[in-house]
Amino acid sequence: MSSPIEQARALFGDEIVTKALARDVELPYGAGTAVLVTLDNGHDHTKPNTFGPGGLLALGEAIDAAVARTDIAAICVTGKPFIFAVGADLNGVPKIRTREQAHAIGKLGHDVFRKLGETDIPTFAFVNGAAMGGGVEVALHCRYRTISSGVPAVALPETFLGLVPGWGGTYLLPNLIGAEKALKVIIENPLAQNRTLKGPQAFELGIADAMFEPADFVEESLRWAARVVKGEVVVERPEVDRGEAWDQAVGNARFLVEGKLHGAAPAPVRALDLVAAAKDRTRDEAFAAEDEALADLLMSDELKAGLYAFDLSQKRGRRPVGAPDKSLARKVTKVGVVGAGLMAGQLALLFARRLEVPVVMTDLDQERLDRGVGHVHGEIDRLLAKGRVSPDKANRLKALVTGSLSYEAFSDADFVIEAVFERMDVKQEVFAKVEQHVSPEAILATNTSSLSITEMASGLAHPERVVGFHFFNPVAVLPLLEIIRGEKTDDAALATAFATAKGLKKTAVLVKDAPAFVVNRLLTLFMGEVLAAVEEGTAPEVADRAVAPLGLPMPPLLLLQLVGPAVALHVSETLHAAFPDRFTVSEQHRRLVEAGRTAVFGPDFQIDPEVRALFEGGDKPSSEEEILERALTALAREIQIMLDEGVVAEAADIDLCLITGAGWPFHLGGITPYLDRSGISEKVNGKLFHPDGPKAL
Amino acid sequence: MPRTARDVVFVDGVRTPFGKAGKGLYAETRADDLVVRVIRELLRRNPGLPPERVDEVAIAATTQIGDQGLTIGRSAALLAGLPRSVPGYAIDRMCAGAMTAVTTSGAGIAFGAYDVVIAGGVEHMGRHPMGEGVDPNPRFLSEKLVDPSALVMGNTAENLHDRYPTITKERADAYAVRSQEKVAKAYADGKIQPDLVEMLVRSAEQGYGLATADEPPRPGTTLEALASLKTPFRPHGRVTAGNSAGLNDGATGAIIAAEEVAAELGLNAPMRLIDFSFAGVEPEVMGVGPVPATEKLLARQGLTMDDIGLIEINEAFAVQVLAFLEHFGIADDDARVNPWGGAIALGHPLASSGVRLMMQLARLFAERTDVRYGLTTMCVGMGMGGTVLWENTNWEGNAK
Repeated sequence: MSSPIEQARALFGDEIVTKALARDVELPYGAGTAVLVTLDNGHDHTKPNTFGPGGLLALGEAIDAAVARTDIAAICVTGKPFIFAVGADLNGVPKIRTREQAHAIGKLGHDVFRKLGETDIPTFAFVNGAAMGGGVEVALHCRYRTISSGVPAVALPETFLGLVPGWGGTYLLPNLIGAEKALKVIIENPLAQNRTLKGPQAFELGIADAMFEPADFVEESLRWAARVVKGEVVVERPEVDRGEAWDQAVGNARFLVEGKLHGAAPAPVRALDLVAAAKDRTRDEAFAAEDEALADLLMSDELKAGLYAFDLSQKRGRRPVGAPDKSLARKVTKVGVVGAGLMAGQLALLFARRLEVPVVMTDLDQERLDRGVGHVHGEIDRLLAKGRVSPDKANRLKALVTGSLSYEAFSDADFVIEAVFERMDVKQEVFAKVEQHVSPEAILATNTSSLSITEMASGLAHPERVVGFHFFNPVAVLPLLEIIRGEKTDDAALATAFATAKGLKKTAVLVKDAPAFVVNRLLTLFMGEVLAAVEEGTAPEVADRAVAPLGLPMPPLLLLQLVGPAVALHVSETLHAAFPDRFTVSEQHRRLVEAGRTAVFGPDFQIDPEVRALFEGGDKPSSEEEILERALTALAREIQIMLDEGVVAEAADIDLCLITGAGWPFHLGGITPYLDRSGISEKVNGKLFHPDGPKAL
Repeated sequence: MPRTARDVVFVDGVRTPFGKAGKGLYAETRADDLVVRVIRELLRRNPGLPPERVDEVAIAATTQIGDQGLTIGRSAALLAGLPRSVPGYAIDRMCAGAMTAVTTSGAGIAFGAYDVVIAGGVEHMGRHPMGEGVDPNPRFLSEKLVDPSALVMGNTAENLHDRYPTITKERADAYAVRSQEKVAKAYADGKIQPDLVEMLVRSAEQGYGLATADEPPRPGTTLEALASLKTPFRPHGRVTAGNSAGLNDGATGAIIAAEEVAAELGLNAPMRLIDFSFAGVEPEVMGVGPVPATEKLLARQGLTMDDIGLIEINEAFAVQVLAFLEHFGIADDDARVNPWGGAIALGHPLASSGVRLMMQLARLFAERTDVRYGLTTMCVGMGMGGTVLWENTNWEGNAK
């Protein structure tokens, strides 16, 4: 029977091993010889260094060899060009079968890294490039750290995926920089769309002792190390507050995690517990506790869902399934935007910023047009004021975005998108008029959220050029773009739409022309179940709270408010018309709109008393559990129907849409991995969405 | 308006350790990175010089393509983090590139157009072998403007032996052995190290390393060992790898300033640029170039070789040094000549060498306050020579 470590190595059979290349260097100022270890997996920066079992063992051997010597003054660790190390190799994780194997991987990391912290020889990390997860932890184990001011990203993103920084991170970091700052890195940043630190920010936090410019970073780090070795530089770090401040920081973070996730994801809570206990634990105790946490989490469904979601966003999101060959795409050198309202303005700004081509907005009267263009120019000024664009760039962007009262201005546009009132006859008329002015090949795109693309194209001379191009609000923030193929849409138009989406840096998913497409269909269904419970007599707070255990980015009633009750009602009605047996329209929702309410909550975040009055009625209240089950059941059934209808190619596309268009969380894997693991899929559909476990590709 | 020429001083010089081309220290390190390291170190060593006061960055390279292209003075200035307001340019006079960077920008200082410049040179002969990408005009040969041998430096060295029959292979080898000995001693005495800035070296196989000393020197070289070397340029010839400089990688740089500005900024100024001269000779014997360049210079200044206390002459080939010495009646082992050895031992990364001569002369001047004048001189491909006359600012005669 092989040891757990050997088993782990076997699981990572195709590991790209990060080598630890050790070389003697003569330190300046006669400080002696140092062993300089370069972490290098032999690939360029597009394949960053990671640590699998092979890489860990290689690093361990290099450190052992150095530690065994009596003639060296320091051990220094740095990365290959542009990359320090970006953490554990996660490719083998899905293959882990036993908790013992998972535990062995956690322990192996500790066993290797801690050698750097427990030798009498001074150890230094020179963080020359991107450092994440285990990469940061290697550095934390060293006695001293320098960082390049050019480092683009320093992060402990583990809790974002469903792990903890469990190779020493939860113990070493708070004991280095204090609990408050450590929790910013371990909890706050990962939960904020996986925010990362730049080199200077990491230095400011105290993660590194010295910072040097990238041009001769390693040379200057070696000089600094030499002076530390000689005692000419004494590293002074601020005393860590181990009193109330520590507990308070943990308490604050706990409040944040609870508020965001409601216990839906175990990793952040586990990380918090470890940081809380790190105050009083010994290294041995702390590292052992981290091993246990890693063993549990590596086996967890949430991590599997997190890795699946990560792969979706990194891989499937960049190579849309079903997109025609990109060589068919036509060039887009000028864009037309029909409408000058708020949505049109967001689109105009996005096209101008990303494609850097002229964008003409049109509207019916000069005043509205001026206001629309003026609004976009105002947004550009705001970007300028924030330093997001240079003055020259702002001038360029403003010159790109112009307005015209006539569609004549579209005559040389290759791509015209409409963002006018959401009514079929209005949109049909707009396209018919635009078609008189544009070339036969110009793409006509619609940002409709629920209308049929096929029907919209039906009266045109060239219906093959019409595509659905459905953005999500706020356009600058949410990555998803649902690209809808109408019945007559040809490959060239579709390829152009996908190429344009790529230029806009959006995550494009191909969707069949079906009512409300993917995200709105599922969110409306989900919200509809919650509203139905209210209609039946459940208190709105109870109904709203019922789905909290999922850890969604916002409760359903807040989402209703954000979308706007009127817009949401319109989509509900469309879906009800299409699928009357599955989509209901809440009478109270209708009342809300008729009363002209645009908000559900008051400024105190409580449900507005007048809205509450509109929600009155019903005599069959449900429990939170019942509502949650009912909402998930509806989702599982609808997703299966959508897959059967071919709305998208695979369940993975549904998840990708929910993650990138609605911000649904990684720990659910979007939603289908969660529906599978919670037994809902089996119960509702008699089968799993992912019979062999969730796969992103 | 009448114009007064300003005095120009050499403030400080720095270089990377020199490496062997091919599989040497810098096999996987870029040429522009070498220059960047030098520029940054110059600024670090002279904190009195605000970076925005640098008026020009003149960097020489013989082969100005790839990582030595893209107007290397400007691109290196940007990469080194100098303010964007600081301009730069590339310069080429083959082996005398860095020397020309100093004389040209120094002349600009004297003229009043600059206050402070950074001048230097680089050659990564591993990444850019001599003659890379050249396309000599066919007229050179069809009209017999030059002999085919003029384009191969080793052949021009053999030609020079022909012109000076008294310079035998034995004399050349003996000179080379002395150069190696002098460098070994200078290293042991810590004379060379202050000029060096340690340089990170990349190796995909071995990981990063640090270059802290010159790679080319071969201490302990003997006459016997040299006698056995091949003469690759002629059967039974005289020029060998042992009595010539090798093929090398390295970069040099110096701060040159108006003397009054150096004083204003509190910068050290060990030597003053008095005059310079370049001269052309037949390309077939390019090694004799320093002779007319130096004659011209001394004549203009009303000096003789007796007034010169130190001579830093580039050792592209032993024969070329010996021809110079023979012309001026200086003994082969005269103590004034290359006291700390020369390029035969240290290496000669073409366009960078001119400034190495200067930084060694500046350090010698600091030790030798009895010496007033020194020369840096070198031969140049295509038949040229260049000589710069320097005055020791610490000359004790000044005190009187």
